Amino acid sequence: MIQVNNISKSFTGRSILKDINFTFETGKTNIIIGESGSGKTTLLKCMVGLNEIDSGEILYDGRSFFDLDFKGKKAIRKEIGMLFQGWCLVRLKTVEENVVFPLSMFTDMSAEEKRDRANFCLQRVNLNNANNLYPSELSGGMKKRVAIARAIAVQPKYLFCDEPNSGLDPKTSIVIDSLIKEITEEYNITTIVITHDMNSVIEIGDNIMFIYKGEKWWEGTKHEILKTNNQEICDFVYATEFMKDLKEKFQ
Amino acid sequence: MRVFYHFGKYYLFIKRAFGKPEKFSIYIDRIFEEINILGIGSLGIVAIISVFMGAVITIQSAFNFESPLIPLYAVGVAVRDSMILEFSPAIVSLILAGKVGSSIASEIGTMRVTEQIDALEIMGINSAGYLVFPKIIASLLFNPILVVFSMFLGILGGYLFGIMAGVVTDYEYIYGITYEFRPYNVIYALIKSAVFAFIIASVPAFHGYYTSGGALEVGRSSTKGVVYSSVLILAFDLILTQLLLS
Repeated sequence: MIQVNNISKSFTGRSILKDINFTFETGKTNIIIGESGSGKTTLLKCMVGLNEIDSGEILYDGRSFFDLDFKGKKAIRKEIGMLFQGWCLVRLKTVEENVVFPLSMFTDMSAEEKRDRANFCLQRVNLNNANNLYPSELSGGMKKRVAIARAIAVQPKYLFCDEPNSGLDPKTSIVIDSLIKEITEEYNITTIVITHDMNSVIEIGDNIMFIYKGEKWWEGTKHEILKTNNQEICDFVYATEFMKDLKEKFQ
Repeated sequence: MRVFYHFGKYYLFIKRAFGKPEKFSIYIDRIFEEINILGIGSLGIVAIISVFMGAVITIQSAFNFESPLIPLYAVGVAVRDSMILEFSPAIVSLILAGKVGSSIASEIGTMRVTEQIDALEIMGINSAGYLVFPKIIASLLFNPILVVFSMFLGILGGYLFGIMAGVVTDYEYIYGITYEFRPYNVIYALIKSAVFAFIIASVPAFHGYYTSGGALEVGRSSTKGVVYSSVLILAFDLILTQLLLS
């Protein structure tokens, strides 16, 4: 479980996050939604320690991240898997080498054990016969799968996904979403997903936080978000004509 | 004041790069990879430049030593001392600052703007250590070898072109390059090359590491890395010459 308490963050005097509070539950897919520039990615970067916070605290199962020393932070980071928007695969390494990389850095596994673990993770994300391919030879969906395989290779307790569906077709998006949901439940991980994609919110969202202009505007479940009358959320959720029609039919 | 700010930032960066490695065996592999990329990959350019530079120094020296008061073996002395004292350690380092420095800054800068460095940090890896430490060590280990290689080829190039152009005889050139040879000059050159190697690897890496923005900024970081490392090489060339030879 990750608790975010009264987080504020500003850049050169401009306030980006204002007093954010939220609890990201274990074994559930916690989704952060909001318009572009609302502060979602900044919040995520603060949570993983890539950005310092101005005030507040972030608790990883009770451990206050920013109060820890370098060693303590490093220990928490080893429990984090992250799926970046741009995949962040090492271009000069093959698929298998990319997945093996964190295992080589942090475990004492033998080469064979590492290969077995990499194969298991790649099979888990339904990526077979791609071990010797380079990232440049993969499609967007395959790269996302490799990134997920790499993230789960070290059996993380916390999984952060920054717009996992960006640049993917709707069919592949559903596959990636399902994979994130399955992995979260299977390994009892605390998963945090940032997305603009309402399909993802409806498909996999257990807990949802809506950020508007750097503030937590709303929180609830996927069932509640469809029923809310909050104007800012409705403007976001029902931004397209298709969704507006759907809402009318639903009502 | 910004100079002090950047110097402090550079110091902290180097301190992080020399932090305790997560796994030493991985770093050893990375050092060999970097020796292959930065060192072995530079052999060709160093060889070509050294041979031609040795040849040019031979012909120019012979042209300027036309006076009967100056013995012809002075051509060999001039080539040897020019190559050992200045050309091989300093000019080769300046060329490497351009070739290797731009490659280091753009590689690390691209990793920064594509969030690959963030990915390493989130995995709990000391990104500065993992990316920069092996480059510095590889450069420190291999640059002196490149410098000795350059000295040898420069003197050999001078010999071959001098004989072919007929500006110096076989005997006079070999007598010249052995005349009053001071082994300390080679040690001086190796000390300089080690200092320059540190600058060549660390300064462009620093600029690449703190790149922010996109592809355009990567190019700017690469240019800055090359310019600053070249200026620092020239400054340290002067300082070390004063300290070691005066």
